Amino acid sequence: MQEFLQQLVNGIAIGSIYALIALGYTMVYGILRFVNFAHGDVFMVGAFFGLFAAGWIGASAGANGPAAVVVVFLAAMFGAAVLGVILERFAYKPVRGQPRLNALITAIGVSLFLENAGILIFGADPKTFPELLPPANYSVGGVKISSTQVMTLAGSCLLMLGLNFVVYRTRIGKAMRAVSFSRDAASLMGIPTDRVITATFALGSALAAAAGVLFSMSYPRLDPLMGVMQGLKAFVAAVLGGIGNIPGAVVGGLVLGLAETLVSGYLSSTYRDAIAFVLLIVILIVKPSGLLGRAVSEKV
Amino acid sequence: MLEVTNLDVRYGAIHAIRGVSLSVPEGMVVTLIGANGAGKTTILRTLSGLLRATGGGVRFLGDEITGLPSHQIVKRGLVHIPEGRIVFANMSVLENLELGAYLRRDREVKSDLERVFVLFPRLKERIHQSAGTLSGGEQQMLAIGRGLMSRPRFLLMDEPSLGLAPLLVQGIFEIVREIHRQGTTILLVEQNAHMALQVADFAYVLESGHIVMSGPAAEIAQDPRVRDAYLGGA
Repeated sequence: MQEFLQQLVNGIAIGSIYALIALGYTMVYGILRFVNFAHGDVFMVGAFFGLFAAGWIGASAGANGPAAVVVVFLAAMFGAAVLGVILERFAYKPVRGQPRLNALITAIGVSLFLENAGILIFGADPKTFPELLPPANYSVGGVKISSTQVMTLAGSCLLMLGLNFVVYRTRIGKAMRAVSFSRDAASLMGIPTDRVITATFALGSALAAAAGVLFSMSYPRLDPLMGVMQGLKAFVAAVLGGIGNIPGAVVGGLVLGLAETLVSGYLSSTYRDAIAFVLLIVILIVKPSGLLGRAVSEKV
Repeated sequence: MLEVTNLDVRYGAIHAIRGVSLSVPEGMVVTLIGANGAGKTTILRTLSGLLRATGGGVRFLGDEITGLPSHQIVKRGLVHIPEGRIVFANMSVLENLELGAYLRRDREVKSDLERVFVLFPRLKERIHQSAGTLSGGEQQMLAIGRGLMSRPRFLLMDEPSLGLAPLLVQGIFEIVREIHRQGTTILLVEQNAHMALQVADFAYVLESGHIVMSGPAAEIAQDPRVRDAYLGGA
């Protein structure tokens, strides 16, 4: 029982990181009906931005603590948001209104570009992420929770609540929901749809960067290809929950995280990465619209 | 108020609108009638900036608005209520109406909301209901109410009576009259030529992308060709 609870905690921790990345996939999909396959690489760049910010404030030399955490997060999120806006403006906007395949191929191109630019700029050899928080383990009823896990859970909860507030309580959030329902109808309300799309990319990329920093705090090896697998898994999480559906991305991320830790805990860690794709295949057969998604008939 | 000159719209190889010119003076209701596929909706979508014209120009209140994005056209008071009752089905009635006032920051949004509820008491009863669960007639009321929330000086109305029961059609045309009485200029696109010609001051008849006839609505209604083609020979 205790081991099960331990797996649960570990699963929720990694799952909330998947959820944060999946949110970016799902928000962009919701608005543009387009899967941004470069999103995993934005996660990677976000992690590197976090690394640089940590180096800049001297975290590796012991300048760690809550203030350092906040600075690193804000820097990574801001940097990634700017990157997301640039990608949207110069890569995706020019192909908007063209067949969807064009955007998809563009996204794969952007992904390869970011990975190789990462190798060129950051170097191919893994970098070590400094400890932002003094390592500590708390024990709750025999279940061990590390300070990084606490940080992950608290951070992702905060970000998701923040996103919920933005989407359901603010003007821009209302505009996003309107655009995601129908871009034409939204523009007839006077909503500047281009600006809403830009804001969506900025928001999604910032969340990916936050996930990148959280991930690096738990798995402190950064390399330019680290976004490939995590990006794919988060995409699976988004599909699992129902792509385009914001709560779905969170549910999908958590389910995936739990499935991974339970499989590697009780079966074998060999299957850890495989389970994501098993889940993807199962959901596509059983309920292609995702756990929380509603079936929509394609308009012809 | 609205001047369209030689408007040309193409979708790829299809030449949908061929040199359409029309004008709508302030304070009038002008209707554009024509069969399915004549290009009525295409014209409205071009006027509101959803489609790009391939030729010709549109002037609104003396300013060239050809090629402006929709949100800037709405800002000038030219508001398009689209066909097919496109309401935001995932949002409540209130949220839909609030979206209509998206660009406004004045204090009169509340009182305009009340005006919409006076026009459509049914919407007030369903204020927190999700728009997707409304009946067809109620969705049309919501689409109109939402358009009014942006304080239009000029309304483009696309088939407001489409798919509604005869009794509701009467009601919707009453509403069109009322909106006009309250000072809004209207360009009304309709397949229900009979009703449209009763409400309108002036009419244009559109066939395969160009205007084949125009004149005061009462005259057009008497024209034998129009009676044959659009008024069921009645």
